[in-house]
Amino acid sequence: MAGALLEVAGLSKRFGGFVALDGIDLAVTQGERVGLIGPNGSGKSTFVNCICGTLTNETGTVRFDGEIVNGLLTHERTRRGMARSFQLPRPFATLTVADNLRVPLLYTVNARPGSALSAAALDERCAELLQLVALTDKATKLPRDLTQVEMRKLELARAMAADPKLLIADESMAGLSQSEVDDIVNLLIRLNERGITIILIEHIMRAVMKFSQRLVVLVSGKKIADGPPAEVIRDPEVERAYLGQ
Amino acid sequence: MRTRVFLLVSIAVAAVVFFAARMVNNDYVFFAGYTILQFIVLATAWNILGGYTGYVNFGSAAFFAMGAYSTVFFHKAFPMPIPILILIGGVVSGVVGFGMGYLTLRLRGAFFAIATLALAVVLQTLVVNWDYVGGSRGAYIIRPNDIAWLGPYIQYLFLLMLTLVVVSLTIARWIERSQLGYGFATIRDDELAAEASGVPTLKLKLVATTISGALMGMAGAPFPYYIGYLQPSSAFGLEYAVNSIAMPMIGGTTSWVGPLIGAILLGSLQQIATVTISSAVNLLIVGLLLVAFVIIAPNGIVGLVQGWMRRREK
Repeated sequence: MAGALLEVAGLSKRFGGFVALDGIDLAVTQGERVGLIGPNGSGKSTFVNCICGTLTNETGTVRFDGEIVNGLLTHERTRRGMARSFQLPRPFATLTVADNLRVPLLYTVNARPGSALSAAALDERCAELLQLVALTDKATKLPRDLTQVEMRKLELARAMAADPKLLIADESMAGLSQSEVDDIVNLLIRLNERGITIILIEHIMRAVMKFSQRLVVLVSGKKIADGPPAEVIRDPEVERAYLGQ
Repeated sequence: MRTRVFLLVSIAVAAVVFFAARMVNNDYVFFAGYTILQFIVLATAWNILGGYTGYVNFGSAAFFAMGAYSTVFFHKAFPMPIPILILIGGVVSGVVGFGMGYLTLRLRGAFFAIATLALAVVLQTLVVNWDYVGGSRGAYIIRPNDIAWLGPYIQYLFLLMLTLVVVSLTIARWIERSQLGYGFATIRDDELAAEASGVPTLKLKLVATTISGALMGMAGAPFPYYIGYLQPSSAFGLEYAVNSIAMPMIGGTTSWVGPLIGAILLGSLQQIATVTISSAVNLLIVGLLLVAFVIIAPNGIVGLVQGWMRRREK
């Protein structure tokens, strides 16, 4: 697809003899909201890790913003505008909530040519982000003082602090209550309205259906469906993968 | 700016310490004081890598000895004043630190610690077999008795080490408050998340090993003049490796104050024990205190105080 923000072609990854990903193709256009689903062990997180550079894919190319990013380290990809949140929140435990957001501002936004922030602008951005995820009154707390849902929000806010073009949210709602899930989905939609392309990886179908404009299904390392959500979940192959034959 | 204020304050404190020591007018004060100051530098240097980034270095003695042996080498090959030898010692150990970092920083946790220990063994073997710097026999450094503008030579060495203390504490405190400090803290907390936040983790770890190694080498450079006779087993001594880990751990590893408190406390205790009991009891004291602190106060004295203050706030 011409003009795609993220373009993955023929991506494969194996761990020893186990093929985790087998020739995945995926193109995501600017501003899109894509849901990525699949049973446990289908390779969703591995796929994210390959896109972000945490793992190295054996074959295939990842093209981001018109540039092939194969071989770039994770922090270099983050600086180019690719941010992710982790499946299990991984906050910086000894830094305060505000400082957790300061790190990507210092190391990503400030590291981009021509976008260095002054000390005051940094504080302002921190405050903005905290407000966005409603954590303003927890700014000086340590991550261990946060609740589960606040921790997920911090995780998303930290990814957002890098001022990304593409946000990959890896199961950011697992283990949350219904109202908390709605909370996060609304947050993600708000972010998308600001022009950020989002890939959401999720098991909670209610959230995926509400969020996604397009749904991609991975099963045992292969992409088996890709299209409008309502059609994809009626696909017999998808039903078979989830419900058995 | 605040770094400059800190520097001025610590220079003032150092001046007070120096003149107070001169008031006592006893060479032993300088002799014992030098050892304590040297441990402050070593503990602070260790903490930049071990405390800030969380990479435990068991090879402090090797960096210290590299500084000391570069002095022995240049003392023989091309005599120079000690301040320049200190800089050379810093460069040598900084380069060793960078090299060690490059080779080992892909290792984590216990594996990194073992690699640093191995480095110490390798370097000691090299020095033992290098005849020019005395090999296993050791090397004598004859130092002058006095220095014209100051008096006894030991006071000169004391003053140099005091300067190094000021320098290393200022560097440590500056790092803590800078972008570098945030980067180091993220490496300590979670390297994967750090990379995802744009932190170039490998590069920062190399910066940490280099600064840490260089400061240790600077602490070691005047040592041959202090001891007068340097042999591999004293320069690579276990006490340097153990003390430079134990002092920050007991003081607290997350801020520059911790190694300072730990080094003053343990260093003084050891000097007192050497005089009153015996010099062999030193490491026993360190070991017992370390075990006690790991069990009772894993975040050191600084951690204890911070916890106490948090409880008072509530």
